[in-house]
Amino acid sequence: MSDTIDRATVQRVARLARLRLSDAEQDSLVDDLQRIVAYVEKLQSVDTSAIQPLVHMTIDAMPARKDVAGQPLGTDKALANAPEAADDAFVVPRVVGS
Amino acid sequence: MANAAELLDTLSLVDCAAAIAAGDVSAEAITGAVLDRIDRFDGQFGALLHVDREGALATAASTDQARKAGAALGPLAGVPVTVKDLISVPGMPLTAASKILRGYEPPFTATVARRLRDAGAVIIGKNNLDEFAMGSSNENSAFGNVANPWAPDRVPGGSSGGSAAAVAAGYGFGSLGTDTGGSIRLPASLCGVVGIKPTYGRVSRYGVVAFASSLDQVGPLALTVDDAALLLSVIGGHDALDSTSATEPLGDLRSGPGSLEGRRIGVPREFLDDAEGLDPGVASCIRGSIDALKSAGATIVDVSLPHTPLAIATYYLVATAEASSNLSRYDGVRFGHRATLAQGEGITDLYERSRGEGFGPEVKRRIMLGTFALSSGYYDAYYERACRVRRLIHDDYVSALKSCDVLVGPTSPVPAWRLGECTDDPLAMYLMDIFTTGASLAGVPAMSVPVGTTQNLPVGLQLIGRHFDEETMIDVARGLEKALNLGVQRPNLDALADESKP
Amino acid sequence: MSNWQAVIGLEVHAQLRTESKLFSNAPTAFGARPNDQTSPVCLGLPGALPVINEEAVRLAIAAGLATGCTIAHRSIFARKSYFYPDLPKGYQISQFAKPLCLDGHLEVPTSEGTVTAKIIRIHMEEDAGKSIHGEGNAHTSHIDLNRAGTPLIEIVGAPDLHSADHAADYLRELRAILIYTGVCDGNMEQGSLRCDANVSVRKNGTTTLGTRCEIKNINSFRGVRDAINYEIARQIRLIEAGDKVVQQTRLWDADRGRTEAMRGKEEAHDYRYFPDPDLPPLVVSQATIDAIAADLPELPRTRRERLISRGVAADVAANLCEERSRVDAFENALGPTRDAESTRSAAGFVISRVVGAMNQSERTWTDLESAMGPLLQAHDRWRAGKLSNKMLKDALNKALSATTPLSDALTAALATAGEVVSDSGALQPVIDALLAQHAAKADEYRAGKTKLFGFFMGQVMRQLKGQADAKTVIALLRQSLDNQSRNNESLDNG
Repeated sequence: MSDTIDRATVQRVARLARLRLSDAEQDSLVDDLQRIVAYVEKLQSVDTSAIQPLVHMTIDAMPARKDVAGQPLGTDKALANAPEAADDAFVVPRVVGS
Repeated sequence: MANAAELLDTLSLVDCAAAIAAGDVSAEAITGAVLDRIDRFDGQFGALLHVDREGALATAASTDQARKAGAALGPLAGVPVTVKDLISVPGMPLTAASKILRGYEPPFTATVARRLRDAGAVIIGKNNLDEFAMGSSNENSAFGNVANPWAPDRVPGGSSGGSAAAVAAGYGFGSLGTDTGGSIRLPASLCGVVGIKPTYGRVSRYGVVAFASSLDQVGPLALTVDDAALLLSVIGGHDALDSTSATEPLGDLRSGPGSLEGRRIGVPREFLDDAEGLDPGVASCIRGSIDALKSAGATIVDVSLPHTPLAIATYYLVATAEASSNLSRYDGVRFGHRATLAQGEGITDLYERSRGEGFGPEVKRRIMLGTFALSSGYYDAYYERACRVRRLIHDDYVSALKSCDVLVGPTSPVPAWRLGECTDDPLAMYLMDIFTTGASLAGVPAMSVPVGTTQNLPVGLQLIGRHFDEETMIDVARGLEKALNLGVQRPNLDALADESKP
Repeated sequence: MSNWQAVIGLEVHAQLRTESKLFSNAPTAFGARPNDQTSPVCLGLPGALPVINEEAVRLAIAAGLATGCTIAHRSIFARKSYFYPDLPKGYQISQFAKPLCLDGHLEVPTSEGTVTAKIIRIHMEEDAGKSIHGEGNAHTSHIDLNRAGTPLIEIVGAPDLHSADHAADYLRELRAILIYTGVCDGNMEQGSLRCDANVSVRKNGTTTLGTRCEIKNINSFRGVRDAINYEIARQIRLIEAGDKVVQQTRLWDADRGRTEAMRGKEEAHDYRYFPDPDLPPLVVSQATIDAIAADLPELPRTRRERLISRGVAADVAANLCEERSRVDAFENALGPTRDAESTRSAAGFVISRVVGAMNQSERTWTDLESAMGPLLQAHDRWRAGKLSNKMLKDALNKALSATTPLSDALTAALATAGEVVSDSGALQPVIDALLAQHAAKADEYRAGKTKLFGFFMGQVMRQLKGQADAKTVIALLRQSLDNQSRNNESLDNG
């Protein structure tokens, strides 16, 4: 069992990920994550100190596009899926600092 | 004109396209027959989340008109297909099998959908899947499980379970799925169909809901190798809208002879002789296929992929880290589910409640794991370490493929298991990906081909090719298909429907 | 203050002058209907993918080269994760471990001489959208994503500045460089140039850094100075009272004249940076870098130094060089052969006299730039004595208040301004006629009423519609009045 994952960790991570978890969910996740994290400890068995991380899976370098403005979606389409909209804007509860 | 409903049980996709082009059968009749079949059977299988009856019939009708007028037809003209509900098709909802995308209709088209449409295909509807492509059994959909058409009390595999089941059940002649760690190949294997995960970068991801950006690929599922190759030739190739799209030429996927003479077939010992938990019936099918390859003139080579035991751990750190980031946009602000807030609740509550309510348990589990792996203090030991091991796994494949044309082995360690059998233990479910995650991590192309049955359940053999050499991989698969000469196997849906009656 | 040393580093965000956004081809033009200039990428829709704008890359490299940075041949974009409603993807695409530009510096002209301030790095990133208070509703915010995805560079300055004035000077010089190179339009009011200040204090002579605070919401040069000065004083006060400076982000409140800790829970952000898997590395060849370097225009410092070598006063040169179009117009109008004194005079003329008049009118610098030729002509004629102060002032005001293009209006005004008469052959008859007409007054003057000189002066000038050279008139008039008296004397003595 991994010691790294406890309830406090789960709560901290849930806050980072903006997930509201019930007590039952928290319990279950402590269990699940402990077991999974224990499982992935096997990665420590390999010496990777001389190995470069593999992140980018393409051979080509970043392609670039010409700086030409295209036809945007427009306000109506942009707001079409909005749960709440008013005055051409997405509406949310008041954010601090705005 | 031939009886369209009968043709559903006898034609391949390639045959269907030819028949429509020749006027032997009308596109409208074929599409009509597919829609009838769906109406009749999908209540039992749950392979589709959305059926676009009107749109499909309209496209089919206009194909028939075009043909009569002598207009040039695309390579898929009038052929009904389905697409995994991760792919943006305007006019159809996009759910990712999740409550969090409730009500979302995409205002733009995925490149793969555009290419299908430009080729004349009739998109019947959207396949069910594991929520956000996270799962190996299609038991994680917010809208119901998918049942395996070969045995409805068993899983079809995941996450493209709906896509594989749709092909096996004859809802059209092919489908598009996505594969991140095995999500096309595994269900293809369990449902007895062909499924291809292309080389990473071969097919555009634009307009496809992202799970893990460095692993996701869209690919075809169909009844035969030639069918899948035709679909791949239509959807594959460079797309300027996807910065990870490769400029490597597609090659000739369709006209290879399927000759096995002189082909070098590598068998990784970690996939067969040294594999743990490999069902003996599956092993037997695979060995039989290898013998057939040998008899047809191929040379069998022993190879090793020594870091195979680390593949799942690597995958579940890299993929979940990327997923935790890709799923941040589902926040209740601009689209999808928004929680009803109580008096005094603010923006943080909006985020936490919407996401808590909208995501299913497996998705939450993976977001949590991925967030943890990227978080301060853990990044080096978890995410970055996994990326280093990924390079070791990648190098294993490149090295093994230097001396071989393809590698082969089982796709799945076991045939289709019972619904509910694996759902108590997430880790047990993850271990189903033992043979498929490596190719995803390496970025090489891989596919599953049906090679027989065990306990009356389909068994798939996996072929793995060199980067951007789908041409060779597909041709060897073609050769295997010919050598085994099993013909297209279809489940008897009527019998199943009868069995389920009291 | 003298025991203490302020330590300041500025973080400047500049919007790049492109037609389309950094990772999508949605337009960047200012002022459209909210949420009109959005694409699936800007909205963070499922399945949207980023594709970089090549002009944004070119401008970022130009900014790096113009500040003496090393340009990385290979740089990586990273995802910076946090939740905020104006950040559609829940992460910002930025650069973290491998930025595009490193190790630059700025030679900052200050009133105490040139100060060298190092630039740690410049990286590319996308801008967020805007959130504003809900109209008439204190409980909601409205989100406009037009700005989301606009290309930015972040220029991170080392803590090499030691006064608020120097910080303002640094920003001024950096802004000028960005404007000259066409990278940014430098508009702080519209937010295309934004500045945050990292401020700490330490005892003079120590080398360790004190705890710093980051000051945000600075919108002007004056704000830079005032906010930093306030913060320095605040930190000193705290420490001298035995308290500790808390590391925090503070907002500058220009109305109240103070910085305040940001309200709401101050969480240390865990941004969970990792390389963006949707974007392969940005690879820039040396040939590309060299081509961009070759295309760079002369920088403000070079232009200032040239003007100074031609005779312009240093502070006037700095003012003229604030905008490239300004110094271009001025240097063009100067011509190649003008001597130092005339150059100095012309520069001073533009910056004080003309700008002063401009500020009382509806005209702008753009108008002045387009009329620089006629403006310098006016200066030259005035300096040669052909225009009097009044004539010049009238012509200027007439042109500035006209609605036609300033160049045309000024040329026309100068054409009808006439010319100062200083030829005694032309002036004398006028004086003679006037003295004859007002003979009685002339006698009174000669009898001792010397104040009447002003009367005659005024009459002459009025007669000549102000177009007489005053000095010459005075001399001739005095001579004429005195002569007459001598004549009279001789007659009397006859």
